[in-house]
Amino acid sequence: MTLPLTDILAILPELIVVGAACLILVLDPITSAARKEWLAWIGLGALAACVGVTVSQMGVTVMAFSDLVIVDPYAGFWKLLLYVVSGLTILLSLAYLKEEAMHLAEYYGFLLLSLAGMMVMVSAADLLTIYLGTELMSLSLYILAGIKRTEGRSLEASAKYFVLGAFSSGILLYGISLLFGITGSTKLSAIASAIHGRSLDDPLLLLAMILLVVGFGFKIAAVPFHMWTPDVYEGSPTSVTAFMAVASKAASFGAFMRVFLEGLGGLKANWHGLFLIVCIATLVLGNVVAIVQTNIKRMLAYSSIAHAGYALIGVVVAGHATASIEIRSLGLSSVMLYLAIYAFMTLGAFAVVALLRKGGVEGEDIEDYTGLAKRQPVAAFLMLVFMVSLAGIPPTAGFIGKFYLFMGAVRAGLTWLAVVALLLAAVSAYYYLRVVMVMYMREPDASVTGQPRLAASPALAIVLACALAGVVLCGLYPNPLVALTQQAILALK
Amino acid sequence: MSDLIVILIPVFPLLAVLLNGLLGSRYSHEVAHRLAWGSVGLSFLCAIGVFAETLGAGAAREVVAYKWIFGGDLTVNLAFLIDPLTCIMLLVVTGVGFLIHLYSVGYMHGEEGFTRFFTYMNLFMVSMLLLVMGNNYLVLFIGWEGVGLCSYLLIGYYYDKVSAAKAASKAFVVNRIGDAGFLLAIFLVFQNFKTLDYTQVFAQAGQLSTEMATAIALCLLVGAVGKSAQIPLYTWLPDAMEGPTPVSALIHAATMVTAGVYMIVRNHVIYDMAPAAMTTVACVGGATALFAATIGLVQTDIKRVLAYSTVSQLGYMFLACGIGAYTAAVFHLMTHAFFKALLFLSAGSVIHALHGEQDIMKMGGLKSKIPWTHGLFLVGTLAIAGIFPLAGFWSKDEIMAHAFVHGHYVLYGMAAVGAFLTAFYMFRLTYLTFYGQSRVDHHTAAHIHESPPIMLGPLVVLATLSVIGGFPGVPPEDGWFHHFLHKVTAQVGGESAGHEAGSGLVVMLMLAATGIALAGWGLAHYLYSMRTETAAAWAERSPGAYRTLLNKYYVDELYDALFVEPTKKLGLVWDWFDRRVIDRLVVGVGELTQSSSAASTWLEKYVIYGGLNAIGYANHLLARSWRQMQSGQVHHYAAIIVAGLFILVHLVLAWWTGSGGVLR
Repeated sequence: MTLPLTDILAILPELIVVGAACLILVLDPITSAARKEWLAWIGLGALAACVGVTVSQMGVTVMAFSDLVIVDPYAGFWKLLLYVVSGLTILLSLAYLKEEAMHLAEYYGFLLLSLAGMMVMVSAADLLTIYLGTELMSLSLYILAGIKRTEGRSLEASAKYFVLGAFSSGILLYGISLLFGITGSTKLSAIASAIHGRSLDDPLLLLAMILLVVGFGFKIAAVPFHMWTPDVYEGSPTSVTAFMAVASKAASFGAFMRVFLEGLGGLKANWHGLFLIVCIATLVLGNVVAIVQTNIKRMLAYSSIAHAGYALIGVVVAGHATASIEIRSLGLSSVMLYLAIYAFMTLGAFAVVALLRKGGVEGEDIEDYTGLAKRQPVAAFLMLVFMVSLAGIPPTAGFIGKFYLFMGAVRAGLTWLAVVALLLAAVSAYYYLRVVMVMYMREPDASVTGQPRLAASPALAIVLACALAGVVLCGLYPNPLVALTQQAILALK
Repeated sequence: MSDLIVILIPVFPLLAVLLNGLLGSRYSHEVAHRLAWGSVGLSFLCAIGVFAETLGAGAAREVVAYKWIFGGDLTVNLAFLIDPLTCIMLLVVTGVGFLIHLYSVGYMHGEEGFTRFFTYMNLFMVSMLLLVMGNNYLVLFIGWEGVGLCSYLLIGYYYDKVSAAKAASKAFVVNRIGDAGFLLAIFLVFQNFKTLDYTQVFAQAGQLSTEMATAIALCLLVGAVGKSAQIPLYTWLPDAMEGPTPVSALIHAATMVTAGVYMIVRNHVIYDMAPAAMTTVACVGGATALFAATIGLVQTDIKRVLAYSTVSQLGYMFLACGIGAYTAAVFHLMTHAFFKALLFLSAGSVIHALHGEQDIMKMGGLKSKIPWTHGLFLVGTLAIAGIFPLAGFWSKDEIMAHAFVHGHYVLYGMAAVGAFLTAFYMFRLTYLTFYGQSRVDHHTAAHIHESPPIMLGPLVVLATLSVIGGFPGVPPEDGWFHHFLHKVTAQVGGESAGHEAGSGLVVMLMLAATGIALAGWGLAHYLYSMRTETAAAWAERSPGAYRTLLNKYYVDELYDALFVEPTKKLGLVWDWFDRRVIDRLVVGVGELTQSSSAASTWLEKYVIYGGLNAIGYANHLLARSWRQMQSGQVHHYAAIIVAGLFILVHLVLAWWTGSGGVLR
């Protein structure tokens, strides 16, 4: 069997990432402890190469490996986002792992393998390819979550994540196998045409669809499949939490929207209502439970649940049968825009959490931020910007993201959904601004003497600068990003 | 060239924000405050230039500062609209803002975070200027959120007060609820017009159906009600008095809280098409004017009395908007900015003299000790009470006359009672603070001192404006002010206002208004100057009513019980569920697993032999290690996923197969 060159070229970015991961794992034993950081730079180099390849692939649509893989602008958009997020995570990890005194080269290897899984997910045209990507991503993440081998809660997070992740993967696979049984194919295009001629009330078909909703619902942490999120986010090392909260959510949304809009597009009248319920439940629970959190990582976990809820509004709009193609496309592109913006602000917030981490558990309880504005004005200001953006206040990027999502809902005739989301966004201001209030409106604790040391480093400074630039620039000049998402959407039918 | 002047108006304070924010710690307070008030002063000069130009040219014009393209079919610029309405707002915001900045130099002297204070104040000026200058809804909204954020930061300025931080959060969250309505209005506008520019929207507004116009107008009203502290979202404003007094004067009296009025006047073309929305605006305004005035009757904190009077006066402006008297609303907005800033700042001067005392029951007899402050406060009181010929008389009378002439007798009645109450509680405040026996404790009394000239200077200017500020609006409905604003505020389809009313009726109404104000003054004089024991006796005679007023009708408690507490409880319950219920169940399941494995071990040990024994042992080990790892609870997470799955299956089957959700 020979592989045509075009197929190889189509998956070149994935090959580069996997190659770099293997190289890191091979070089690890022969690298002295002092030079382990260099291995991280191999990863960054690979990402830079991938950016080049993916940008050059942006204009075209290529099917490869007998239609198992698709390289189109939609996949390209998600890949570019994933590169940026992974690059920033690697930089964040450089600083964070040093602080935790656990510099493990395999960490970077697994990070890249996880990224490779995500890349496969977003450019898969076949349910089994998606499943493979999901598993590669998840298995690497299980290991990353438990990489602090000496800390109980890290191991607990990893074990919980693993068992529940395996469980949800099983559900996903069950859904895929049912679909295969019904339609005779696992290819999205074949499934779409098989569904086209069928009665949509077939209970088996609906069951398969629901199993897929549950499987993906788990990956994007939608209610009621969210329960792993707070425990896992709290227990995992902060850099891994950031990566999970941003990258795995983005990749899962990418794959999930392709499956439902392309493969199961014909069933949209059936899944639209489900997503509506899941969307509202996610919005309400995420925002309401975040109010009572005292640990900032747990708060950000519920906040990430809530943000998945906002993004689901766009999915609902994209699947709204009575709306025009134009407005449904707006819904889809606004999900992409929102997740890109969410990536910057959430990474930024986690980077500040990592910045304050210095010995003990300083920087995880919201109380630890008391009077931070006086002790560390720059860190406090950065956190202020990220919190304001997460709350969706102009002129930050968070406002632009919500603006597009909610406007899509109104234009699709789902005004009441926009009202619910707007009111919950108002509630969210309370818990985001509580962090601001603690930082800016309280005296530093008298028992805390002097300045807290910061885990500052050039790498972390770059992460924070990029996140800040993303949040501010996408707020003041959103046009390039908006244009990118609107060019990269799937063709809706 | 003239475009540059327009753009420079918000740029000056922005530069000061950047300089003071980034480098403020490097140089002295002297430099910082000069930058702060200097920049606002320059903005004021530019505003005068723009005003003079508009006065000459008359036509509205747009200045695009920056092409802020949003992508897709939504194009928005950071652009400014200069028309008479903007000019008036600009002059008020920069002029009063400048005076308050000057005053703050003296008031905040020696406070911690001096530079930070001025940075926030200047940032507020930038946002407020964007708000009044923007030529589209999005710029308006950005300014709208910006002033909210600055208000939040400034209310919580005093670190050491827990109540300040709480008040700040409350203000912000309540405002966000209003903002939700505003944002919804913006979406509806875009959906209908495919643009957010005022000029284009208002030009096409005629195509709107009445229902859609009403929907947009009501959504805008929700936003306005939040920002301008009207019923039912007014509760944040009295609490906002926790901030420093110059903040109360600038943000919570003269400028930010009037943004809602500005927004309604700006959008009056849409309101004119929605009579139902207009009625709602008028009722909200009238009710608030009266309701807040009754609470003001019994409050004992000098700033809180003024805060309720602000809520009440804003109610008059809403009432004016609701009956189509847009010019009168803007007129009252302007005079109110003068006399309310004056009142707040002279109250600040009192507080300054008494080293932070705000309780009027611990004041009294201050007239001779701080004569300047007394005189200035008295001017403010006369103005707000509507005593002829001070500024407040003309603007308030015009609103009430308009209501009467156009047959809104109920609203006129509410406004008239409100005016009586206003005169009463304002003179009560004056008498309790400056007259009668001193109730100041001895320690404080020894240190009472008049404020420095940097504080009194701005007050004198504001007092002058409070006296003469009404004259541009004379004669009523036909003054210079009305002609200047006519192009912007003329009601669509409405009769050209005012002239049909006979001049006899107008004079009668003026006399009535004066009589009402004098009656309020007289009652206050009787109760708090002549027979000081009577007020307490009245309060004792009807304790229920008194306590209800003192506790502000328990509205805060009601909102807490209805919205805040249930939300928190829900959060706690869910949080508990996410963590604990599962944990508890887990222990049970862990034990179940263990005992079942123990049973199986027994079976294997005694019933089945050999190799099966090994499996039993492994099973036992597994169960134990699982229990240690608490992975029993993972089972339960899994169980919940399955439960969710089955609920979804049943829902879907029930919906789309029409059967009871049974797999056939």
